[in-house]
Amino acid sequence: MIRLTHVTKEYARTGRALDDVSLHVAKGEFVFLTGPSGSGKSTLLKLIFMEERPTLGEVRVSGINSATLHRGDVAQLRRKLGVVFQDFRLLDDRTAHANVAFALEVTGAAEPSVPAKVSRLLMQVGLASKGLAYPQELSGGEQQRVAIARALVNDPFVLIADEPTGNLDDRATRGVFQLLREINAAGTAVVMATHNLELLRRSEYRTIDMLHGRIVSDTADPSAAERAAARIVEDDETARFPGDAGPKGQTSAAARSRTTA
Amino acid sequence: MRLALREVLLAVRRAPLLSALGVITIAFSLFAFGLFGLVAINIRDALRQVESRVEIRAFIADATPIEAIVTAVGDIGEFPEVAHVDYVSPDSALARARRELGEFADVFEAGVLPGSIEIRLKQDFRDPRSVKMIAARVGSYSFVDDVRYGEDWVAKLYQIRTIATIVGVVLGLAFAIVAVIIIGTTIRMAVLARAREIGIMRLVGATDAFVRLPFLIDGFVKGVLGGFLALGLTWLASSLIDRALGFQTVFFSTGFAALGVLGGALIGLAGSAISVGRQLRRV
Repeated sequence: MIRLTHVTKEYARTGRALDDVSLHVAKGEFVFLTGPSGSGKSTLLKLIFMEERPTLGEVRVSGINSATLHRGDVAQLRRKLGVVFQDFRLLDDRTAHANVAFALEVTGAAEPSVPAKVSRLLMQVGLASKGLAYPQELSGGEQQRVAIARALVNDPFVLIADEPTGNLDDRATRGVFQLLREINAAGTAVVMATHNLELLRRSEYRTIDMLHGRIVSDTADPSAAERAAARIVEDDETARFPGDAGPKGQTSAAARSRTTA
Repeated sequence: MRLALREVLLAVRRAPLLSALGVITIAFSLFAFGLFGLVAINIRDALRQVESRVEIRAFIADATPIEAIVTAVGDIGEFPEVAHVDYVSPDSALARARRELGEFADVFEAGVLPGSIEIRLKQDFRDPRSVKMIAARVGSYSFVDDVRYGEDWVAKLYQIRTIATIVGVVLGLAFAIVAVIIIGTTIRMAVLARAREIGIMRLVGATDAFVRLPFLIDGFVKGVLGGFLALGLTWLASSLIDRALGFQTVFFSTGFAALGVLGGALIGLAGSAISVGRQLRRV
Protein backbone atom coordinates (compact mmCIF):
# COMPACT_ATOMS: atom_id res chain seq x y z
CA MET A 1 0.00 0.00 0.00
CA ILE A 2 2.76 2.43 1.00
CA ARG A 3 6.32 1.48 0.20
CA LEU A 4 9.47 3.57 0.43
CA THR A 5 12.57 1.99 -1.07
CA HIS A 6 15.99 3.45 -0.24
CA VAL A 7 14.58 6.95 -0.12
CA THR A 8 16.87 9.91 0.37
CA LYS A 9 15.59 13.46 0.41
CA GLU A 10 17.92 16.42 0.25
CA TYR A 11 17.03 20.08 0.31
CA ALA A 12 19.25 22.62 -1.38
CA ARG A 13 19.50 24.84 1.69
CA THR A 14 19.15 22.56 4.68
CA GLY A 15 20.80 19.42 3.37
CA ARG A 16 19.75 15.84 3.89
CA ALA A 17 16.37 15.36 5.57
CA LEU A 18 15.99 11.63 4.90
CA ASP A 19 18.82 9.19 4.45
CA ASP A 20 18.24 5.83 2.73
CA VAL A 21 14.88 5.11 4.33
CA SER A 22 12.99 1.94 3.42
CA LEU A 23 9.56 1.29 4.83
CA HIS A 24 6.36 -0.59 4.15
CA VAL A 25 2.96 0.23 5.60
CA ALA A 26 0.31 -2.43 5.09
CA LYS A 27 -3.40 -1.96 4.56
CA GLY A 28 -5.27 -1.13 7.76
CA GLU A 29 -2.11 -0.68 9.82
CA PHE A 30 -1.65 1.98 12.52
CA VAL A 31 1.90 3.31 12.54
CA PHE A 32 3.46 5.87 14.82
CA LEU A 33 6.38 7.88 13.52
CA THR A 34 8.37 9.33 16.33
CA GLY A 35 11.64 11.06 16.93
CA PRO A 36 12.93 14.52 17.84
CA SER A 37 12.28 17.63 15.78
CA GLY A 38 14.27 17.55 12.56
CA SER A 39 14.46 13.78 12.50
CA GLY A 40 12.61 13.61 9.18
CA LYS A 41 9.09 12.61 10.25
CA SER A 42 7.30 15.41 8.41
CA THR A 43 9.47 14.97 5.32
CA LEU A 44 8.59 11.29 5.27
CA LEU A 45 4.88 12.13 5.46
CA LYS A 46 5.23 14.75 2.73
CA LEU A 47 6.79 12.11 0.52
CA ILE A 48 3.81 9.82 1.18
CA PHE A 49 1.24 12.40 0.13
CA MET A 50 3.59 13.48 -2.66
CA GLU A 51 4.10 17.07 -1.60
CA GLU A 52 7.77 16.29 -2.03
CA ARG A 53 9.60 13.89 -4.31
CA PRO A 54 12.59 11.85 -3.21
CA THR A 55 16.07 12.85 -4.30
CA LEU A 56 16.99 9.18 -4.50
CA GLY A 57 14.90 6.05 -4.21
CA GLU A 58 11.26 5.47 -4.85
CA VAL A 59 7.97 6.06 -3.08
CA ARG A 60 4.95 3.98 -4.06
CA VAL A 61 1.54 4.82 -2.69
CA SER A 62 -1.52 2.94 -3.87
CA GLY A 63 0.09 2.14 -7.20
CA ILE A 64 1.38 5.67 -7.80
CA ASN A 65 5.13 5.78 -8.18
CA SER A 66 7.09 8.93 -7.34
CA ALA A 67 9.54 8.17 -10.16
CA THR A 68 6.85 8.35 -12.83
CA LEU A 69 4.56 10.81 -11.10
CA HIS A 70 2.61 13.33 -13.18
CA ARG A 71 1.16 16.47 -11.66
CA GLY A 72 -2.37 15.26 -12.29
CA ASP A 73 -1.63 12.06 -10.32
CA VAL A 74 -1.09 14.09 -7.15
CA ALA A 75 -4.70 15.33 -7.11
CA GLN A 76 -5.97 11.81 -7.74
CA LEU A 77 -3.76 10.40 -4.97
CA ARG A 78 -4.85 13.00 -2.43
CA ARG A 79 -8.47 12.06 -3.01
CA LYS A 80 -7.55 8.57 -1.88
CA LEU A 81 -5.72 9.59 1.27
CA GLY A 82 -6.55 12.03 4.03
CA VAL A 83 -4.08 14.42 5.62
CA VAL A 84 -4.31 16.29 8.92
CA PHE A 85 -1.80 18.71 10.41
CA GLN A 86 -0.96 20.21 13.75
CA ASP A 87 -2.29 23.60 12.55
CA PHE A 88 -5.58 22.12 11.23
CA ARG A 89 -5.47 24.05 7.92
CA LEU A 90 -9.16 24.86 7.81
CA LEU A 91 -10.66 27.59 5.64
CA ASP A 92 -11.52 30.30 8.16
CA ASP A 93 -14.32 31.86 6.13
CA ARG A 94 -16.32 28.63 5.94
CA THR A 95 -18.31 26.74 8.50
CA ALA A 96 -17.23 23.33 9.75
CA HIS A 97 -19.82 21.79 7.41
CA ALA A 98 -18.55 23.82 4.42
CA ASN A 99 -14.94 22.90 5.19
CA VAL A 100 -15.75 19.20 5.08
CA ALA A 101 -18.05 19.59 2.07
CA PHE A 102 -15.34 21.44 0.16
CA ALA A 103 -13.10 18.37 0.09
CA LEU A 104 -15.97 16.41 -1.40
CA GLU A 105 -16.93 19.12 -3.90
CA VAL A 106 -13.45 19.41 -5.40
CA THR A 107 -13.71 15.77 -6.45
CA GLY A 108 -16.85 16.56 -8.42
CA ALA A 109 -19.10 14.56 -6.10
CA ALA A 110 -22.81 14.61 -6.91
CA GLU A 111 -24.24 17.65 -5.10
CA PRO A 112 -27.30 16.02 -3.52
CA SER A 113 -25.11 13.46 -1.75
CA VAL A 114 -22.80 16.04 -0.15
CA PRO A 115 -24.85 17.38 2.83
CA ALA A 116 -25.83 13.95 4.11
CA LYS A 117 -22.31 12.59 3.90
CA VAL A 118 -20.84 15.64 5.60
CA SER A 119 -23.41 15.49 8.41
CA ARG A 120 -22.67 11.79 8.92
CA LEU A 121 -18.95 12.51 9.19
CA LEU A 122 -19.42 15.40 11.58
CA MET A 123 -21.51 13.08 13.71
CA GLN A 124 -18.75 10.46 13.54
CA VAL A 125 -16.18 12.92 14.85
CA GLY A 126 -18.56 14.16 17.54
CA LEU A 127 -19.41 17.53 16.04
CA ALA A 128 -22.97 16.96 14.87
CA SER A 129 -24.15 20.15 16.57
CA LYS A 130 -21.20 22.30 15.41
CA GLY A 131 -21.69 22.13 11.65
CA LEU A 132 -22.59 25.80 11.35
CA ALA A 133 -19.72 27.01 13.50
CA TYR A 134 -16.74 28.75 11.94
CA PRO A 135 -13.24 27.47 12.84
CA GLN A 136 -12.54 30.43 15.13
CA GLU A 137 -15.66 29.54 17.11
CA LEU A 138 -14.34 26.04 17.81
CA SER A 139 -11.76 24.80 20.30
CA GLY A 140 -8.45 23.36 19.06
CA GLY A 141 -9.69 19.81 19.59
CA GLU A 142 -12.89 20.54 17.70
CA GLN A 143 -10.98 22.15 14.84
CA GLN A 144 -8.81 19.07 14.59
CA ARG A 145 -11.94 16.91 14.51
CA VAL A 146 -13.24 19.01 11.59
CA ALA A 147 -9.89 18.51 9.85
CA ILE A 148 -10.17 14.75 10.46
CA ALA A 149 -13.73 14.72 9.12
CA ARG A 150 -12.49 16.55 6.03
CA ALA A 151 -9.67 14.05 5.63
CA LEU A 152 -12.13 11.16 5.84
CA VAL A 153 -14.80 12.54 3.54
CA ASN A 154 -13.46 10.80 0.43
CA ASP A 155 -13.15 7.43 2.21
CA PRO A 156 -9.35 7.33 2.14
CA PHE A 157 -7.38 4.11 2.49
CA VAL A 158 -4.90 5.88 4.74
CA LEU A 159 -4.97 8.87 7.05
CA ILE A 160 -1.70 10.77 7.31
CA ALA A 161 -1.48 12.77 10.52
CA ASP A 162 1.43 15.10 11.13
CA GLU A 163 1.52 15.92 14.87
CA PRO A 164 -2.30 16.11 15.00
CA THR A 165 -2.26 16.54 18.79
CA GLY A 166 0.65 18.94 18.89
CA ASN A 167 -1.55 21.97 19.62
CA LEU A 168 -4.02 20.24 21.90
CA ASP A 169 -4.33 19.84 25.66
CA ASP A 170 -4.31 16.37 27.23
CA ARG A 171 -8.02 15.90 27.18
CA ALA A 172 -8.37 16.96 23.54
CA THR A 173 -5.35 14.82 22.68
CA ARG A 174 -6.98 11.75 24.18
CA GLY A 175 -10.20 12.51 22.31
CA VAL A 176 -8.47 12.92 18.95
CA PHE A 177 -6.36 9.82 19.49
CA GLN A 178 -9.43 7.79 20.38
CA LEU A 179 -11.05 9.04 17.17
CA LEU A 180 -8.02 7.96 15.15
CA ARG A 181 -8.17 4.52 16.78
CA GLU A 182 -11.82 4.20 15.79
CA ILE A 183 -11.02 5.26 12.24
CA ASN A 184 -8.28 2.64 12.12
CA ALA A 185 -10.60 0.00 13.60
CA ALA A 186 -12.98 0.73 10.73
CA GLY A 187 -10.26 -0.30 8.27
CA THR A 188 -8.42 2.93 7.40
CA ALA A 189 -4.66 2.81 7.86
CA VAL A 190 -3.22 5.61 9.98
CA VAL A 191 0.33 6.95 9.81
CA MET A 192 0.80 9.43 12.62
CA ALA A 193 3.84 11.49 13.47
CA THR A 194 3.97 12.44 17.12
CA HIS A 195 6.20 13.66 19.91
CA ASN A 196 3.72 12.53 22.51
CA LEU A 197 5.47 9.81 24.54
CA GLU A 198 2.36 9.26 26.63
CA LEU A 199 0.43 8.18 23.54
CA LEU A 200 3.23 5.85 22.47
CA ARG A 201 3.45 4.30 25.92
CA ARG A 202 -0.28 3.66 26.11
CA SER A 203 -0.68 2.09 22.67
CA GLU A 204 0.34 -1.22 21.20
CA TYR A 205 0.76 0.06 17.64
CA ARG A 206 3.81 -0.24 15.45
CA THR A 207 6.27 2.51 16.23
CA ILE A 208 9.00 3.74 13.92
CA ASP A 209 11.68 5.81 15.62
CA MET A 210 13.61 8.28 13.51
CA LEU A 211 16.77 10.25 14.08
CA HIS A 212 18.65 12.52 11.70
CA GLY A 213 16.71 11.30 8.71
CA ARG A 214 17.11 7.61 9.43
CA ILE A 215 14.91 4.89 10.87
CA VAL A 216 16.69 3.79 14.02
CA SER A 217 14.06 1.36 15.22
CA ASP A 218 10.86 -0.19 13.99
CA THR A 219 8.82 -2.39 16.29
CA ALA A 220 7.54 -4.34 13.29
CA ASP A 221 11.03 -4.88 11.91
CA PRO A 222 13.67 -5.62 14.59
CA SER A 223 16.33 -5.91 11.87
CA ALA A 224 15.93 -2.17 11.28
CA ALA A 225 17.73 -1.51 14.56
CA GLU A 226 20.55 -3.85 13.53
CA ARG A 227 20.89 -2.15 10.15
CA ALA A 228 20.94 1.23 11.85
CA ALA A 229 23.63 0.04 14.25
CA ALA A 230 25.72 -1.31 11.33
CA ARG A 231 25.49 2.03 9.59
CA ILE A 232 26.49 3.82 12.76
CA VAL A 233 29.68 1.73 12.82
CA GLU A 234 30.30 2.66 9.16
CA ASP A 235 29.80 6.32 10.01
CA ASP A 236 32.20 6.06 12.91
CA GLU A 237 34.79 4.58 10.58
CA THR A 238 34.30 7.43 8.20
CA ALA A 239 34.49 9.94 11.01
CA ARG A 240 38.03 8.88 11.86
CA PHE A 241 39.30 10.65 8.76
CA PRO A 242 39.99 14.35 9.13
CA GLY A 243 37.18 16.55 7.86
CA ASP A 244 34.53 13.83 8.23
CA ALA A 245 34.01 14.24 11.94
CA GLY A 246 31.37 16.50 13.40
CA PRO A 247 27.64 16.20 13.01
CA LYS A 248 27.79 12.66 11.62
CA GLY A 249 29.80 11.44 14.58
CA GLN A 250 27.33 13.08 16.93
CA THR A 251 24.49 11.50 15.02
CA SER A 252 26.05 8.09 15.42
CA ALA A 253 26.53 8.46 19.12
CA ALA A 254 22.98 9.61 19.64
CA ALA A 255 21.61 6.90 17.40
CA ARG A 256 23.63 4.19 19.13
CA SER A 257 22.33 5.16 22.50
CA ARG A 258 18.78 4.99 21.16
CA THR A 259 19.16 1.71 19.29
CA THR A 260 20.89 -0.06 22.09
CA ALA A 261 18.47 1.22 24.71
CA MET B 1 -18.41 26.30 -13.19
CA ARG B 2 -21.09 26.94 -10.56
CA LEU B 3 -18.62 25.99 -7.86
CA ALA B 4 -15.98 28.28 -9.40
CA LEU B 5 -18.42 31.21 -9.44
CA ARG B 6 -19.28 30.51 -5.81
CA GLU B 7 -15.57 30.61 -4.96
CA VAL B 8 -15.23 33.97 -6.74
CA LEU B 9 -18.17 35.43 -4.82
CA LEU B 10 -16.79 34.04 -1.56
CA ALA B 11 -13.44 35.70 -2.25
CA VAL B 12 -15.14 39.03 -2.95
CA ARG B 13 -17.31 38.72 0.16
CA ARG B 14 -14.30 37.83 2.30
CA ALA B 15 -12.15 40.73 1.11
CA PRO B 16 -14.39 43.31 -0.60
CA LEU B 17 -11.87 46.11 -0.14
CA LEU B 18 -9.07 44.10 -1.75
CA SER B 19 -11.34 43.23 -4.68
CA ALA B 20 -12.42 46.85 -5.10
CA LEU B 21 -8.81 48.02 -4.89
CA GLY B 22 -7.91 45.48 -7.55
CA VAL B 23 -10.55 46.86 -9.92
CA ILE B 24 -9.55 50.47 -9.16
CA THR B 25 -5.84 49.75 -9.71
CA ILE B 26 -6.59 48.11 -13.04
CA ALA B 27 -8.89 51.03 -13.94
CA PHE B 28 -6.31 53.71 -13.16
CA SER B 29 -3.52 51.85 -14.96
CA LEU B 30 -5.72 51.58 -18.05
CA PHE B 31 -6.91 55.18 -17.54
CA ALA B 32 -3.31 56.44 -17.73
CA PHE B 33 -2.85 54.39 -20.89
CA GLY B 34 -6.19 55.66 -22.19
CA LEU B 35 -5.23 59.29 -21.60
CA PHE B 36 -2.03 58.76 -23.51
CA GLY B 37 -4.03 57.10 -26.28
CA LEU B 38 -6.39 60.05 -26.37
CA VAL B 39 -3.51 62.51 -26.73
CA ALA B 40 -1.94 60.30 -29.40
CA ILE B 41 -5.05 60.00 -31.54
CA ASN B 42 -5.71 63.75 -31.29
CA ILE B 43 -2.15 64.57 -32.37
CA ARG B 44 -2.49 62.07 -35.21
CA ASP B 45 -5.81 63.65 -36.21
CA ALA B 46 -4.32 67.16 -36.14
CA LEU B 47 -1.37 66.04 -38.27
CA ARG B 48 -3.74 64.40 -40.75
CA GLN B 49 -5.67 67.61 -41.07
CA VAL B 50 -2.46 69.52 -41.76
CA GLU B 51 -1.27 66.83 -44.16
CA SER B 52 -4.55 67.00 -46.07
CA ARG B 53 -3.41 70.48 -47.14
CA VAL B 54 -0.41 69.06 -48.98
CA GLU B 55 -1.08 70.22 -52.52
CA ILE B 56 0.80 70.27 -55.81
CA ARG B 57 0.13 73.28 -57.97
CA ALA B 58 1.17 73.23 -61.63
CA PHE B 59 1.17 76.66 -63.31
CA ILE B 60 0.09 76.61 -66.91
CA ALA B 61 1.65 78.61 -69.69
CA ASP B 62 -0.42 81.36 -71.28
CA ALA B 63 -2.37 80.45 -74.39
CA THR B 64 -2.45 76.76 -73.61
CA PRO B 65 -5.51 75.31 -75.36
CA ILE B 66 -8.22 74.36 -72.87
CA GLU B 67 -8.57 70.92 -74.54
CA ALA B 68 -4.96 70.10 -73.63
CA ILE B 69 -5.55 71.20 -70.07
CA VAL B 70 -8.76 69.15 -69.77
CA THR B 71 -6.98 66.09 -71.13
CA ALA B 72 -4.11 66.58 -68.68
CA VAL B 73 -6.53 67.02 -65.77
CA GLY B 74 -8.20 63.75 -66.81
CA ASP B 75 -4.84 61.96 -67.02
CA ILE B 76 -3.62 63.28 -63.67
CA GLY B 77 -6.90 62.29 -62.04
CA GLU B 78 -6.14 58.70 -63.07
CA PHE B 79 -2.83 58.67 -61.14
CA PRO B 80 -3.26 56.15 -58.28
CA GLU B 81 -1.73 58.62 -55.81
CA VAL B 82 -4.13 61.45 -56.65
CA ALA B 83 -7.22 62.05 -54.51
CA HIS B 84 -8.52 65.13 -56.25
CA VAL B 85 -7.49 67.29 -59.21
CA ASP B 86 -8.90 70.59 -60.26
CA TYR B 87 -8.24 73.19 -62.96
CA VAL B 88 -8.17 76.80 -61.74
CA SER B 89 -8.52 79.23 -64.61
CA PRO B 90 -6.79 82.68 -64.49
CA ASP B 91 -10.17 84.30 -63.77
CA SER B 92 -10.92 81.90 -60.92
CA ALA B 93 -7.43 82.45 -59.52
CA LEU B 94 -7.96 86.21 -59.59
CA ALA B 95 -11.36 85.92 -57.91
CA ARG B 96 -9.92 83.66 -55.22
CA ALA B 97 -6.96 86.00 -54.60
CA ARG B 98 -9.24 88.98 -54.25
CA ARG B 99 -11.48 87.03 -51.87
CA GLU B 100 -8.62 85.75 -49.73
CA LEU B 101 -6.57 88.94 -49.57
CA GLY B 102 -9.45 91.28 -48.69
CA GLU B 103 -8.09 94.85 -48.39
CA PHE B 104 -5.33 94.19 -50.97
CA ALA B 105 -7.88 92.99 -53.51
CA ASP B 106 -7.36 96.05 -55.72
CA VAL B 107 -3.70 95.20 -56.28
CA PHE B 108 -4.62 92.42 -58.66
CA GLU B 109 -5.63 93.05 -62.20
CA ALA B 110 -7.05 90.71 -64.77
CA GLY B 111 -4.44 88.55 -66.47
CA VAL B 112 -1.89 88.84 -63.67
CA LEU B 113 -2.37 85.34 -62.31
CA PRO B 114 -1.78 82.26 -64.46
CA GLY B 115 -4.11 79.30 -64.66
CA SER B 116 -3.12 76.23 -62.66
CA ILE B 117 -3.87 72.59 -61.98
CA GLU B 118 -4.29 71.85 -58.26
CA ILE B 119 -3.64 68.32 -57.12
CA ARG B 120 -4.43 66.81 -53.71
CA LEU B 121 -2.94 63.47 -52.81
CA LYS B 122 -4.29 60.43 -51.06
CA GLN B 123 -3.32 59.99 -47.40
CA ASP B 124 -0.57 57.42 -48.00
CA PHE B 125 1.19 59.51 -50.67
CA ARG B 126 1.87 62.73 -48.80
CA ASP B 127 5.47 61.92 -47.93
CA PRO B 128 8.23 64.06 -49.51
CA ARG B 129 9.37 61.32 -51.92
CA SER B 130 5.90 60.63 -53.34
CA VAL B 131 5.05 64.33 -53.56
CA LYS B 132 8.32 65.08 -55.40
CA MET B 133 7.80 62.17 -57.81
CA ILE B 134 4.23 63.21 -58.69
CA ALA B 135 5.31 66.86 -59.05
CA ALA B 136 7.97 65.76 -61.51
CA ARG B 137 5.42 63.78 -63.54
CA VAL B 138 3.05 66.74 -63.63
CA GLY B 139 5.93 69.06 -64.56
CA SER B 140 6.69 66.93 -67.61
CA TYR B 141 3.67 68.31 -69.45
CA SER B 142 4.97 70.74 -72.05
CA PHE B 143 2.49 73.48 -71.14
CA VAL B 144 3.42 73.45 -67.44
CA ASP B 145 5.64 76.42 -66.65
CA ASP B 146 6.29 75.70 -63.01
CA VAL B 147 5.33 73.21 -60.28
CA ARG B 148 5.19 74.16 -56.59
CA TYR B 149 4.34 72.10 -53.54
CA GLY B 150 6.22 73.65 -50.62
CA GLU B 151 9.06 71.13 -50.61
CA ASP B 152 10.55 72.28 -47.27
CA TRP B 153 7.17 72.38 -45.56
CA VAL B 154 6.29 68.86 -46.71
CA ALA B 155 9.67 67.55 -45.52
CA LYS B 156 9.27 69.19 -42.09
CA LEU B 157 5.71 67.96 -41.73
CA TYR B 158 6.80 64.44 -42.59
CA GLN B 159 9.63 64.70 -40.05
CA ILE B 160 7.20 65.82 -37.34
CA ARG B 161 4.87 62.95 -38.17
CA THR B 162 7.74 60.43 -38.02
CA ILE B 163 8.94 61.78 -34.66
CA ALA B 164 5.35 61.79 -33.32
CA THR B 165 4.90 58.19 -34.44
CA ILE B 166 8.16 56.99 -32.83
CA VAL B 167 7.51 58.89 -29.60
CA GLY B 168 3.94 57.58 -29.62
CA VAL B 169 5.02 53.97 -30.03
CA VAL B 170 7.76 54.20 -27.39
CA LEU B 171 5.57 56.02 -24.86
CA GLY B 172 2.63 53.77 -25.67
CA LEU B 173 4.75 50.69 -25.06
CA ALA B 174 6.10 52.16 -21.82
CA PHE B 175 2.57 52.98 -20.61
CA ALA B 176 1.36 49.53 -21.62
CA ILE B 177 4.25 47.80 -19.84
CA VAL B 178 3.71 49.87 -16.69
CA ALA B 179 -0.02 49.06 -16.82
CA VAL B 180 0.70 45.33 -17.23
CA ILE B 181 3.22 45.39 -14.35
CA ILE B 182 0.85 47.24 -12.01
CA ILE B 183 -2.12 45.06 -12.90
CA GLY B 184 0.03 41.92 -12.68
CA THR B 185 1.30 42.92 -9.23
CA THR B 186 -2.21 43.70 -8.01
CA ILE B 187 -3.46 40.31 -9.13
CA ARG B 188 -0.38 38.60 -7.70
CA MET B 189 -1.12 40.19 -4.31
CA ALA B 190 -4.71 38.95 -4.50
CA VAL B 191 -3.46 35.44 -5.29
CA LEU B 192 -0.85 35.57 -2.51
CA ALA B 193 -3.57 36.61 -0.06
CA ARG B 194 -5.21 33.30 -0.91
CA ALA B 195 -2.05 31.19 -0.98
CA ARG B 196 -3.13 29.23 2.10
CA GLU B 197 -6.48 28.49 0.48
CA ILE B 198 -4.73 27.26 -2.67
CA GLY B 199 -2.56 24.96 -0.52
CA ILE B 200 -5.64 23.56 1.20
CA MET B 201 -7.41 23.07 -2.14
CA ARG B 202 -4.47 21.05 -3.43
CA LEU B 203 -4.25 19.13 -0.16
CA VAL B 204 -7.81 17.85 -0.46
CA GLY B 205 -7.29 16.76 -4.05
CA ALA B 206 -8.33 19.72 -6.18
CA THR B 207 -6.88 19.58 -9.68
CA ASP B 208 -4.88 22.51 -11.03
CA ALA B 209 -7.77 23.38 -13.34
CA PHE B 210 -10.21 23.44 -10.42
CA VAL B 211 -7.95 25.75 -8.41
CA ARG B 212 -7.21 27.95 -11.41
CA LEU B 213 -10.75 28.54 -12.71
CA PRO B 214 -12.05 30.85 -9.92
CA PHE B 215 -8.88 32.94 -10.19
CA LEU B 216 -9.23 33.21 -13.96
CA ILE B 217 -12.85 34.31 -13.63
CA ASP B 218 -11.84 36.77 -10.92
CA GLY B 219 -9.04 38.23 -13.07
CA PHE B 220 -11.26 38.44 -16.14
CA VAL B 221 -14.12 40.15 -14.30
CA LYS B 222 -11.76 42.60 -12.59
CA GLY B 223 -10.15 43.34 -15.96
CA VAL B 224 -13.52 44.00 -17.62
CA LEU B 225 -14.76 46.17 -14.73
CA GLY B 226 -11.45 48.01 -14.61
CA GLY B 227 -11.60 48.48 -18.39
CA PHE B 228 -15.11 49.97 -18.28
CA LEU B 229 -14.17 52.21 -15.35
CA ALA B 230 -11.06 53.39 -17.24
CA LEU B 231 -13.17 54.06 -20.33
CA GLY B 232 -15.60 56.11 -18.26
CA LEU B 233 -12.78 58.09 -16.66
CA THR B 234 -11.17 58.72 -20.05
CA TRP B 235 -14.48 59.92 -21.50
CA LEU B 236 -14.96 62.21 -18.48
CA ALA B 237 -11.44 63.61 -18.90
CA SER B 238 -12.05 64.13 -22.63
CA SER B 239 -15.32 65.98 -21.93
CA LEU B 240 -13.64 68.21 -19.34
CA ILE B 241 -10.81 69.02 -21.77
CA ASP B 242 -13.36 69.82 -24.53
CA ARG B 243 -15.18 72.15 -22.18
CA ALA B 244 -11.99 73.82 -20.96
CA LEU B 245 -10.50 74.29 -24.45
CA GLY B 246 -13.77 75.05 -26.17
CA PHE B 247 -13.40 72.61 -29.05
CA GLN B 248 -14.25 69.04 -29.83
CA THR B 249 -11.38 66.59 -29.37
CA VAL B 250 -11.41 63.18 -31.00
CA PHE B 251 -12.51 60.28 -28.73
CA PHE B 252 -11.94 56.58 -29.26
CA SER B 253 -14.11 54.83 -31.79
CA THR B 254 -16.49 52.18 -30.43
CA GLY B 255 -14.23 49.44 -31.78
CA PHE B 256 -11.14 50.94 -30.17
CA ALA B 257 -12.95 51.41 -26.84
CA ALA B 258 -14.11 47.78 -26.96
CA LEU B 259 -10.53 46.76 -27.72
CA GLY B 260 -9.38 48.67 -24.60
CA VAL B 261 -11.90 46.87 -22.37
CA LEU B 262 -10.96 43.55 -23.97
CA GLY B 263 -7.29 44.40 -23.36
CA GLY B 264 -8.07 44.97 -19.66
CA ALA B 265 -9.88 41.65 -19.52
CA LEU B 266 -7.00 39.83 -21.19
CA ILE B 267 -4.42 41.43 -18.88
CA GLY B 268 -6.56 40.40 -15.90
CA LEU B 269 -6.91 36.89 -17.27
CA ALA B 270 -3.23 36.49 -18.15
CA GLY B 271 -2.12 38.05 -14.84
CA SER B 272 -4.30 35.62 -12.92
CA ALA B 273 -3.17 32.64 -14.98
CA ILE B 274 0.51 33.45 -14.43
CA SER B 275 0.15 34.27 -10.71
CA VAL B 276 -1.93 31.26 -9.81
CA GLY B 277 0.30 29.06 -11.98
CA ARG B 278 3.35 30.22 -10.03
CA GLN B 279 1.54 29.59 -6.76
CA LEU B 280 0.43 26.13 -7.87
CA ARG B 281 3.99 25.13 -8.67
CA ARG B 282 4.81 25.68 -4.99
CA VAL B 283 2.16 23.35 -3.61
